[in-house]
Amino acid sequence: MLNESPVDSLSLQPESVDDAARRATVVPRLLFQPAARATRAAESVATVCLAAQRLSAFFGDIAAVRDVDLSMETCRVTAIIGPSGCGKSTLLRSFNRMHETVSGARVTGSVLLDGIPIYGDGTSAIAVRRHIGMVFQRPTPFPTMSIRDNVAAGLRVREGKMPSRRDTDDIVEDALQRAGLWAEVKDRLRTSAVAISGGQQQRLCIARALATKPRVLLLDEPTASLDPASTQKVEELVYDLRSTMTIVMVTHNMQQAARVSDRTAFMLNGSLIEVAPTNALFTTPQDARTEAYITGRFG
Amino acid sequence: MSTDASPPLVPGQAAPPTESGDLSRSIASSGAGDRVYTGLTTFFALCIPLLLAFLALEIGRAAWPAFSRFGLGFITSSEWNVPAGRFGAAPAIFGTIVSSVIALVLATPLAIGVAIFLSEFAPPWLQQPVAFLVDLLAAIPSVVYGLWGIFVLIPLLRDPVIPFLRDTLHLGATPFFAGPAYGPSMLAAGVILAIMSLPYISAVSREVLRAVPRSQREAALALGATRWEMIWDAVLPNARSGIIGGVILGLGRALGETMAVTMVIGNRAEISASLLAPGYTMASLIANEFSEATSDLHLSALMAVGGVLFVITIVVNGIARWLVWTVERGAAG
Repeated sequence: MLNESPVDSLSLQPESVDDAARRATVVPRLLFQPAARATRAAESVATVCLAAQRLSAFFGDIAAVRDVDLSMETCRVTAIIGPSGCGKSTLLRSFNRMHETVSGARVTGSVLLDGIPIYGDGTSAIAVRRHIGMVFQRPTPFPTMSIRDNVAAGLRVREGKMPSRRDTDDIVEDALQRAGLWAEVKDRLRTSAVAISGGQQQRLCIARALATKPRVLLLDEPTASLDPASTQKVEELVYDLRSTMTIVMVTHNMQQAARVSDRTAFMLNGSLIEVAPTNALFTTPQDARTEAYITGRFG
Repeated sequence: MSTDASPPLVPGQAAPPTESGDLSRSIASSGAGDRVYTGLTTFFALCIPLLLAFLALEIGRAAWPAFSRFGLGFITSSEWNVPAGRFGAAPAIFGTIVSSVIALVLATPLAIGVAIFLSEFAPPWLQQPVAFLVDLLAAIPSVVYGLWGIFVLIPLLRDPVIPFLRDTLHLGATPFFAGPAYGPSMLAAGVILAIMSLPYISAVSREVLRAVPRSQREAALALGATRWEMIWDAVLPNARSGIIGGVILGLGRALGETMAVTMVIGNRAEISASLLAPGYTMASLIANEFSEATSDLHLSALMAVGGVLFVITIVVNGIARWLVWTVERGAAG
């Protein structure tokens, strides 16, 4: 994040030791890195990966999200912040059509994934979810499956059939590597997925989402139920993953948004109030309500 | 507990005497209430196992003459000859187990299917009525099932079910569907028992399926699972120990059912491989003969049959507990 030379959004260059060292100092510093952020925001050539257009989401007759227009750039982390009940989770769940799995829930407006409307006629919610992965607030490993089978759980649904044992092993290892969990679990892939700690379970869920190679990863308060050490691991993971995929993260933790996101959107009472490069939003908010929220006057 | 015996809170500093007296009284009185309550609930709790032990003891005592006379032969012999005073319960034990197994084989897939439909697919307006109707199957008196079995099920089995099984599916060549089909049969008993145990399996399965956390369903859906894949990968594995419990509950129902089975099974003390032949169950045997049991040995033999049924039921429940326990332990790692 502090890297002065803008990282090409599509490159997969491995992280240098230098980066890691710098990040170690960034993590506790949180909010203010004005110069670096400004440079980066200005130079980024952003292509939009996921876009909401006049998106409203309802539970019955109650609108939880109203008329949201929001563009999420490719290989960037977009954070959505706001007080409890502001509709940020509902907005996130509208991006992969999970919202409609609740009875009585519906959506108006549109969401475009690489320009393709995911709510269009003839598109299937199931196919959409295979391209847009999601991780929830609480870790949700499948308790009756082993660690390996958990990571592989999404493969059959994506490929139509289970890949060969060998391919599966490779995919599982790759996903666990990317989730930073491989070293911790490689000797017990066959043990139950609920025998590991809560933080490990959450990274396992991230690995499970990564295994199907989605274009977008949605994170719904992924660290809300984790301790600080596990939280830091997940945040570092998000930071690393953004080089290969678009990430949208809902959080009620403003420091977290500041630490890991490139752009931040602030929501209040179902409406999108303001969206800006993270640094700009936290240092020079344009809207009085945003300022009131980030300075801790409510919420 | 009295304050006199307890050391002062601060050494060398006694509490004022009057307050200390009040305190001791109030502690003593509240303690007494607790003791009465504890004693009462302990007594009630002990009543149940005592009753069970008493029951087992009495059955054992009454059955002892038959067991000591015939030994293991009581369980292995097929001869049940009242005038000659020779008693072997093997056909009844065989019939109880076979009819219950038929019942489970027929009822389990159906009941789980009903439960999955009700908890996952049925629109809300349909859930309550269908669940109510399925539960109602458990409320019908078994003698009504027996009557229905004699006048509806058995004619239905005779034509078209048995001809279909024999001629269309060519099962007539197997020993299980060989021989003449009179009507009352092991198959009829199994089908009746399946209908009777279905609501138990279905009700328990429905509840455990419904209890699977929404987060597990969402986790599967978010991976791009279809509704069916979600049920198969996330819902059923979470519910399996509960479903096994439900199946065992249904089995318990099938093992002990008396009236309806007695009316349709044919009551013949023979072991036959054919499901179309009449059979006998332990419960039917007792129900048919207890009023005519004039000799002491006959009565003792019936008690012994009751004892065997009692033991089988306990063993089945034990296996069920063990199964549920291992499944849960396996799930927890």
